Amino acid sequence: MSAELNLPAAPPRQASMAKFLKSHMRDYGMLISLLAIVAFFQYMTNGTLLQPLNLTNLVLQNSYIVIMALGMLLVIVAGHIDLSVGSIVGFIGALAAILMVQFHWHFIPTAIVSLAAGAAIGAAQGYWVAYFRIPSFIVTLAGMLVFRGLSLALLAGQSVGPFPVEFQRLSSGFIPDIFGTEGFHTTTMVLCLATPAILIAFSVAARMRRHRFAIEQEPLVLFVLKSAGLFAVVAYVGWLLSTYKGLPNVLIIMALLIGLYAFVTRDTTIGRRIYALGGNEKAAKLSGIDTRRLSFYTFVNMGVLAALAGLIFAARLNTATPKAGVSFELDVIAACFIGGASASGGVGRVTGAVIGAFIMGVMNNGMSIVGIGIDWQQVIKGLVLLAAVCFDVYNKGKA
Amino acid sequence: MDSILEMRGITKTFPGVKALDNVNLSVREGEIHALIGENGAGKSTLMKVLSGVYPHGTYEGEIRFRGQPVAFRGIADSEKLGIIIIHQELALVPLLSITENLFLGNEQAKRGRIDWVAATARARELLRMVGLTDSPETLITDIGVGKQQLVEIAKALSKEVKLLILDEPTASLNESDSDALLALLLRFKEQGISSILISHKLNEIAKVADRVTILRDGTTVETLDCHDAPISQDRIIKGMVGRDLADRYPRRTSNPGNILFEVKGWSADHPIHAGRRVVKDIDLHVRRGEVVGIAGLMGAGRTEFAMSLFGRSYGRNIRGQAFLDGREIDVSTIAKAMGNGLAYATEDRKHYGLVLDNDIRHNVTLANLNGVAKRGVIHHEREIEVANDFRRRLRIRCSDVFQQTVNLSGGNQQKVVLSKWLFADPKVLILDEPTRGIDVGAKYEIYTIVNQLVAEGRGVILISSELPELLGVADRIYVMNEGALVAEMPAAEASQEKIMHAIMSSASKATAARAAVAAAALNNGALESLQ
Repeated sequence: MSAELNLPAAPPRQASMAKFLKSHMRDYGMLISLLAIVAFFQYMTNGTLLQPLNLTNLVLQNSYIVIMALGMLLVIVAGHIDLSVGSIVGFIGALAAILMVQFHWHFIPTAIVSLAAGAAIGAAQGYWVAYFRIPSFIVTLAGMLVFRGLSLALLAGQSVGPFPVEFQRLSSGFIPDIFGTEGFHTTTMVLCLATPAILIAFSVAARMRRHRFAIEQEPLVLFVLKSAGLFAVVAYVGWLLSTYKGLPNVLIIMALLIGLYAFVTRDTTIGRRIYALGGNEKAAKLSGIDTRRLSFYTFVNMGVLAALAGLIFAARLNTATPKAGVSFELDVIAACFIGGASASGGVGRVTGAVIGAFIMGVMNNGMSIVGIGIDWQQVIKGLVLLAAVCFDVYNKGKA
Repeated sequence: MDSILEMRGITKTFPGVKALDNVNLSVREGEIHALIGENGAGKSTLMKVLSGVYPHGTYEGEIRFRGQPVAFRGIADSEKLGIIIIHQELALVPLLSITENLFLGNEQAKRGRIDWVAATARARELLRMVGLTDSPETLITDIGVGKQQLVEIAKALSKEVKLLILDEPTASLNESDSDALLALLLRFKEQGISSILISHKLNEIAKVADRVTILRDGTTVETLDCHDAPISQDRIIKGMVGRDLADRYPRRTSNPGNILFEVKGWSADHPIHAGRRVVKDIDLHVRRGEVVGIAGLMGAGRTEFAMSLFGRSYGRNIRGQAFLDGREIDVSTIAKAMGNGLAYATEDRKHYGLVLDNDIRHNVTLANLNGVAKRGVIHHEREIEVANDFRRRLRIRCSDVFQQTVNLSGGNQQKVVLSKWLFADPKVLILDEPTRGIDVGAKYEIYTIVNQLVAEGRGVILISSELPELLGVADRIYVMNEGALVAEMPAAEASQEKIMHAIMSSASKATAARAAVAAAALNNGALESLQ
């Protein structure tokens, strides 16, 4: 005999709006909070926030946090933490400064050596975490002290600079305008129209594929609203930047990295394995995943991204100082947690971490313009972090 | 006879689901009342209503305890009246001592200062009542699961228990420990303590229960009195599943082919205690299309053997050879073992089998991501198709494949674990306690899947502590004891007594004593205390 079981009817192809919104409340909530915060400060600063000059500054100020948040997200999803990234930023900035200013290296070999040094630092820390099972909190706390100390030693307590102009462009440069219009950066505008258009074309294609496979997806209304919103926001930002100096170089680097990491986490076997590792390391291991090597490489990756952030930060200040990067790790980690990553691993999204980083960034910038002192800024940021995570925990308990 | 507990017309609704629908339960003074039903039938929900986990007002219906209507706002209220529930997953702190655990939250203290002398004395007395002779200073982590269960009961006794609720207390115990526990329940009964026993093991219920209440799909099916007439297991199963299970094991014509997989001289040492041999010189083979069972008491080294074989995931100093189709294969890492056609489905699906926070889809493809990916990029639609395919084939009950596995019942979780390994397409599948803690209907479905696997020409190694299951499913049975294989017999010639005999005659004194208890219980139902 066979046990007859009734399967529920095939799931509807389109989730009902209410149900879908409920299950994706966190994602939309994040986006809406960011827009609300932007709107709030735009009002409070009488429009200063979104002035082209300030918008450019906002991007430049936050690029290194966003870039490190990409790596930190992988580390956190894998179930670890990295407290050393701020010190690595300082150390790599110092290293690059010594190479370029004292040894007169060209900026390209300098950058290559710096990124390799970042990888080596990540590998050194990842080795203890992955193969000796020393808690990452302890290993990277040690790293934080060691590399802060080493950057002080490298710089001999002095600031070293300035840097060659080509190197400064990494942070303060803008993409060239191939159209050469006077007073308006046409290339920027074209890129800011084309990029969202291409992204939307891709998601329409994905939607059609999912439709063919009869897979539940986002309700059409939401999809149209979201796409229109994306297009409008990017186009508006593009227009604002076009009336100033155009797209900063660093924004291009940041956008490409965000795209790459979003792809890796969502669509590749490596990304999936990192989530499994953080969700249940033992089960992942027994499923044939080399969990130690995977942990190791998340730290190597973090080291490289921290080194890149170190170069960008040094280029922006046009000098390497012993204090560079102090407490960056806290902003980076906060961005990931505000973005919905779970402290116990296995949960978190690249888009969330990026939005989290911008929430922090807009608040920093907006509060400074409004004239709130650094003291109260910290209090408010701390409370926002706590509120975001409370919201997560509350949501999870309800589900 | 007086009722100690009356639950009338209990209805509990969760958003979208009626978990309990007009359920009635009446427990008499000093009886052992068994509560049974398939997973998801509502047993745990009913007990949560009773103990106040779901406070008064969140359900409909009436609860009377010792004649008085009660309205619990939380567990503290029900415990005050002597209703103590012991959950399947024990709530003990591993690195604290027995004494510290016994009085956790109820410390023997005066003005906040703990009186350790009084606490230890009281602990010793409580331990004596449950038949434990270990020192009260022993850490919980240093005693076995069976004894931990007894500590939980001692903890209940310290709270002046009137009604003891045990949620599948024997699920992770071997037969002798289970018998000791059941004997204890009978002793409590003589002292006038009533118990509610939730269990999937029908033979246990037959041994100790006075009455049985059967739940199915959130409703009370019936309450049977075991003293009116002996109740057959078939009768209970029929009540649980609403149909006759003419045969608890699906039939299959066994037709083993040539030798598919062979292990020679396999040994492994304990990972921490260097030099302690846990797996001793195992020779074993599996034929194509054959289910080979490994029987043994808990701690016989079966799981240790399987895990040391599967990519050295257990132990150290591992020696021995493995052969597939006569060729020696490398099983030194999990990836290599899988590449050579091996798979191991763990006994502990929550900790070793599933990524509970992930959905069914991601769990199913985890062991073979390359099967749904091209050059490292996952094809999401293909992945969903694969998951849906297994959902249909293995009858995984879920709203859709995007459901988190943490929300599935035990049987369905097990099916997800099996799906994962089936998708990896192994030639030899090692199943470690595949039906532990799952209900009769789901067990039947798991057996059916095993039959399909061997019909496709694969080999299956089935590790199980339930002897009837081995006898019903396996073609050939190895008996393992103290790390070594001590007997081998075709299932057709095997019996529970024969297997127990093999264990006893091979065993050292300590194991023999345990086996003797189990065998005695098996023969005449006599219950001996393990201690």
